Amino acid sequence: MVPLEHVIGLSAILFAIGILGVVVRRNLIVILMSIELMLNATNLAFVGFNRMWPVFGGEPSLDGQVFVLMVITVAAAEVAVGLGIVIALFRNRDSVDVEEASLLKW
Amino acid sequence: MLVEVVIKALFILLVAIGSFVPIITWVERKQSAIMQDRIGANRADVAGIRILGLFHPIADVIKLFAKEDVVPLGANRVMHLVAPVIAAVPAVIAYAVIPFGAVYAFGAKEISLVVADPDWGLLYIFAIGSIATYGTIMAGWSSNNNWSMLGGLRASAQMISYEVTMGLSVVGVFMVFHTLKLTDMVFAQDSTFRLLGFLDVLFGLPVPVWLDWLRLPNWGIFLQPLAFVMFLTAIMAENKRPPFDMPEGESEIVAGYHTEYSGMRFGLFFMSEFIEVVVIAGLVSTLFLGGWSIPYLSQETIIGAISSVFGIGFATGLCMILHVLTFFLKVIVMIWLQMALRWSLPRFRYDQVMDLCWKVLLPLSIANVFVTGLVMLLVQRGAA
Amino acid sequence: MTASVVFFYAFAALAVVSALGMVLNLRNTVASAMSLVVTMVALAGIYVLLEAHIVAVFQIMVYAGAIIVLFLFVVMLLNLRTDAFSPGRQKLVKLAATLIAFVVLAELLRVLTTGLPEAQPLPEGYGGYAQVGVALYTDYVLLVEVSGLLLLAAIVGALILAKRDIG
Repeated sequence: MVPLEHVIGLSAILFAIGILGVVVRRNLIVILMSIELMLNATNLAFVGFNRMWPVFGGEPSLDGQVFVLMVITVAAAEVAVGLGIVIALFRNRDSVDVEEASLLKW
Repeated sequence: MLVEVVIKALFILLVAIGSFVPIITWVERKQSAIMQDRIGANRADVAGIRILGLFHPIADVIKLFAKEDVVPLGANRVMHLVAPVIAAVPAVIAYAVIPFGAVYAFGAKEISLVVADPDWGLLYIFAIGSIATYGTIMAGWSSNNNWSMLGGLRASAQMISYEVTMGLSVVGVFMVFHTLKLTDMVFAQDSTFRLLGFLDVLFGLPVPVWLDWLRLPNWGIFLQPLAFVMFLTAIMAENKRPPFDMPEGESEIVAGYHTEYSGMRFGLFFMSEFIEVVVIAGLVSTLFLGGWSIPYLSQETIIGAISSVFGIGFATGLCMILHVLTFFLKVIVMIWLQMALRWSLPRFRYDQVMDLCWKVLLPLSIANVFVTGLVMLLVQRGAA
Repeated sequence: MTASVVFFYAFAALAVVSALGMVLNLRNTVASAMSLVVTMVALAGIYVLLEAHIVAVFQIMVYAGAIIVLFLFVVMLLNLRTDAFSPGRQKLVKLAATLIAFVVLAELLRVLTTGLPEAQPLPEGYGGYAQVGVALYTDYVLLVEVSGLLLLAAIVGALILAKRDIG
């Protein structure tokens, strides 16, 4: 049996690494990938907790896994739009550096 | 248990991959030669014996191993070296879930002729297939060559597009068989259905008894003919062989993603394509051609007929051998079909490949799911 | 220690190392993406150990098979061979990084010391496609419909964003 405390711990570590990526990196593509990593960390927590309580109210419950599938769907949509924005940004500014996309910043 | 799995895995490796793949390279040359009215490879000989050029695969491998393994200047060394392995491994391990025989009971011991049998066998193959994309993309990117890069770019777009249609086109099949488990799918196909049975079920017209012989095997190709065509198209496009060889595109981008590869690393790309041909043949025959099942002769029929004369043990063993032979016969037929398609169709243009995927196959596969669901609903209503 | 526990720690170590490789690889965006693939596959392995088979398969099919390929496609399309720019403003980064490390460490210690309730025994067929499918198309059918709408919106949005001339 996999120790569930450590599953949640792993989820926390991965989430922190994701945040680190968003904060530290300036490459927009890597930032998007870090967001994906954070989504994955929450997915891991969902699956871990679902494994902990596989039965709810006397019936098998798969809520955690269903949520994960939904998160995957949203992640796919997010990546499609996000990468569309990246391409548009690159066309206009010839760079995917987030700190160069500062036209609306004063 | 472990020993059994190892033996089955070795059987697959030796028979399906170890012996089919070298022979396919020979078959491809010979078949193309015949189709183009040439003689084909026949020069390699051992002590003057040529036997139709069957030594060519061995000569090829020796040549590839003897060649220098070049990593081009400015290439990303690690990725360049790893890419062919990533391309070849998924193709090999996909075979783990394809059953090459049924379950046979020898006394108390049951032998199931499949290496691994998860409930989600078909999804496993899709997942493994999606990993195979990375070998191509990594090869294309790491070579530091514009043509390789273009090949990798084309490969990534083509393969994720066709994965979508590949998945959707077989939805009808697992709706019909009510399972994703490949062994159960073949068991479901090891029977027959009445050709006119729909009259009975849908309209309540009883089919006369004297027409009861008018049956077809319960195969996917008869239940889902459109799915068969679409799945074969999509999975052949996944394999990137002509007419879908856009990532290689010899007439446009030199050799695409493997331009900069030489020696056995090129050989691995080459082999992974042929391994995939075998896997596709196995998968298509499992899904649509009944896998190991012999048409009109179900497992019980065979064992029942033979065991009355020779005893149950002999009958089961014979049935097992017949099933394995049937499966490999179907695999050979499907390999032949792929070779014939490869050498008879002209290449697509890249935009035509993408149009075929998104504008033809995708709507058709969704329509197929819809129609299948509708018919199944009507059949359920009729049966109730 | 059973085999599944050993596998769990192996996958966990792989996931953490490759995630760090993704974030800290400052030179090569493609290598970052490939590290992320390794993380995804390792997580899929952990899902299998947690009896979430269907989630594991979709993890590989969608994340590893489609989403990261999309990232790679864009990286190759824009031809970002090297990632020349340095990390962001140093002071802020260091502060944030230490803060995050501290929070994670605190949370980890709390979780590991207090402990979680024991996992309940698994019901029959847990995590198989049949159960997940029934859950999706009965309790969560509205969610499925809405996510379909979301995907449609995303397709249209991505097309409009990436189109060369809007006019």
